[in-house]
Amino acid sequence: MAATMDLVGRAGAGPREAAAWSRRQVLMTNLRSIRGRAYPRVIGLVREPSWVLFEILLPFLGTSAFVFVYRALDAPPQYVGFVVLGGALTAFWLNVIWMMANQLYWEKSQGNLELYFAAPMHFMAILFGMAVGGMVMSSTRAATVLLIAGTVYGVAFSVDQWALLLGVFVLTLGALYGLGMVLASLFLVWGREAWHMGQMLTEPVYFVSGLNFPVARLGFVGALSVAVIPLATGLDAMRQLAFSDAAFPIGTPPPVVEVAILGAMTVISILGARWMLATMERRARRDGRLSVRWQ
Amino acid sequence: MPALAIEVRGVRRVYSSKKAPIVALDGIDLEVPTGEFFGLLGPNGAGKTTLIKILTTLLSPSSGTASVFGFDVEKDTKKIRRIMNMVAGGEQSGYGILSVREQLWMFTQFYGLAGAEGWRRVDELIEAVGLAEQRLQRVSTLSTGQRQKMNLARGLLNDPWILFLDEPTLGLDVAAARSLRELIVEWRAAVPGRTILLTTHYMAEADELCERIAIVDHGRILAIGSPDELKRRVQRESIFRIELDRLEGGAQALGRLPGVVSATAAAGNEADTDRQSVVMNLVLEDDGALGRVVGDLADRGSHILGLRKSEPTLEDVFVELVGRGFDEAGTDEPGPSAEAIA
Ligand SMILES: Nc1ncnc2c1ncn2[C@@H]1O[C@H](COP(=O)(O)OP(=O)(O)OP(=O)(O)O)[C@@H](O)[C@H]1O
Ligand SMILES: [Mg+2]
Repeated sequence: MAATMDLVGRAGAGPREAAAWSRRQVLMTNLRSIRGRAYPRVIGLVREPSWVLFEILLPFLGTSAFVFVYRALDAPPQYVGFVVLGGALTAFWLNVIWMMANQLYWEKSQGNLELYFAAPMHFMAILFGMAVGGMVMSSTRAATVLLIAGTVYGVAFSVDQWALLLGVFVLTLGALYGLGMVLASLFLVWGREAWHMGQMLTEPVYFVSGLNFPVARLGFVGALSVAVIPLATGLDAMRQLAFSDAAFPIGTPPPVVEVAILGAMTVISILGARWMLATMERRARRDGRLSVRWQ
Repeated sequence: MPALAIEVRGVRRVYSSKKAPIVALDGIDLEVPTGEFFGLLGPNGAGKTTLIKILTTLLSPSSGTASVFGFDVEKDTKKIRRIMNMVAGGEQSGYGILSVREQLWMFTQFYGLAGAEGWRRVDELIEAVGLAEQRLQRVSTLSTGQRQKMNLARGLLNDPWILFLDEPTLGLDVAAARSLRELIVEWRAAVPGRTILLTTHYMAEADELCERIAIVDHGRILAIGSPDELKRRVQRESIFRIELDRLEGGAQALGRLPGVVSATAAAGNEADTDRQSVVMNLVLEDDGALGRVVGDLADRGSHILGLRKSEPTLEDVFVELVGRGFDEAGTDEPGPSAEAIA
């Protein structure tokens, strides 16, 4: 057994040499850390079947209710499509609130946070890993909802600009998960109130994001939410692009403008998260709050 | 290789709290040479974990400086994190849905191991810590001992030069604790320069493993030296192990007699429970004080069933330095001033 315990990957070198990493080593460690942190989420996808109920059936049922309302009201057929698209994107919002924003607080109580800080990667790599894993998780859910609801309710998509639609989708995720990173760092500072905050935010954001109706219908509030809530902006742009034949009052900026808003949101939120994490770490080291488990 | 693995100069750490500020470390000076197996002993709340958090870059000292292999804990955090690791008793890190193998691999990624190299390292370590049978089992289903073996494997993933072990055998049965200790010893011996800082509440464990030990209380180092040096320190007193059929007034009454330094119930009370006897450790200023104790016991109606002069143990050292035994170790009685033996 002694033979296995030496594990020397760098024979002859001492601790100071081992601590001198090249730029490449630093970069690779950060990239691999993203992969490492995304890993349990991807594994969880196949290992936790309960998500079928919570994240596919519930959004589907919620969507269905609105579909029937719109049909009863003789709304234009695209409204059914809007709702289905909104229902699909619910998966991402749930994921951001429950598995991004609240995550670090949970990791702290578990003792993981401490180990992450004690490891040599940049902490942003952990947040990116959480985001990437979350996107993979939610994308499968969103696609499933879209497929089932789209088929059941016979949604007819009409797309002219596929590339732009894809771009909007990617940027929406970027802005959404960037927001998740900011919330994660913020909630960590807030501690126990975080959970309640998550619960409080879930419903209102559903509403002002217009998951179940075009946000333009909200007038000023709609315009405001487009300006600050990535989900509202992304969804509005995607609706305009996925149902280009719809003759409904737009009232919100054209997709290209919304793309710019989303891009700016992504950049600002990632930089914001980075700044908040650095501040959080400095304060936590000063106040002794990186862990709750002290022995 | 740098001569010192750990260098701590005048470190204080004060936690703010609603009432009065808590002084967890009150001026610590410490040098641990590269390659040493060093132990920290001290009662609950002495400041051991606080010192470890500072050295592992998770906590800032309120004042003073500390370095690990010459890297400053405040300025060179990234460098220290590359070459150290830590394992705590009762650690519940990771994600329950992962298997042992998957969880360990995840942690290799945080240290930048390439994917395949990570799996290879994980399999080697799983073999080394004896978890081969559980390798595909979910982390959430491991027993405490298995869990702790996995935690140790995690701590070795990045091949650290210094390993911080905070009560690593907490809650383990005798066999599991022993096998963990063997692994730790073996790991350190495999490459010269590997350094370990251990905290434990098991005196025998510290005695067996550590080359040098610091006894801390109230955030101060009370004594530092090899286990033998520390024991010689209490040798000047006479230590007796005395077995009585019963004891009225308890250890406190004995402790108050002139010439008695301390009287405590022996830790591993091996006495026959049918006979309901009481085994006490008596630390006396000199053998002469024994007469008074025997006389006093007779007055109380206690019969002496056995009496043996004993060699001091680390526990005796601990009891003498930290106060009148574990129960009262939290009182504000000042210990002897820090006085290095070595
Ligand atoms: N984050 C914190 N905030 C406030 N006080 C703290 C914090 N961490 C530790 N303390 C206090 O600092 C003192 C030292 O605690 P520490 O955990 O270092 O002790 P320890 O020697 O590890 O004890 P144990 O043997 O019980 O593990 C204690 O009084 C403790 O209550
Ligand atoms: Mg402790």
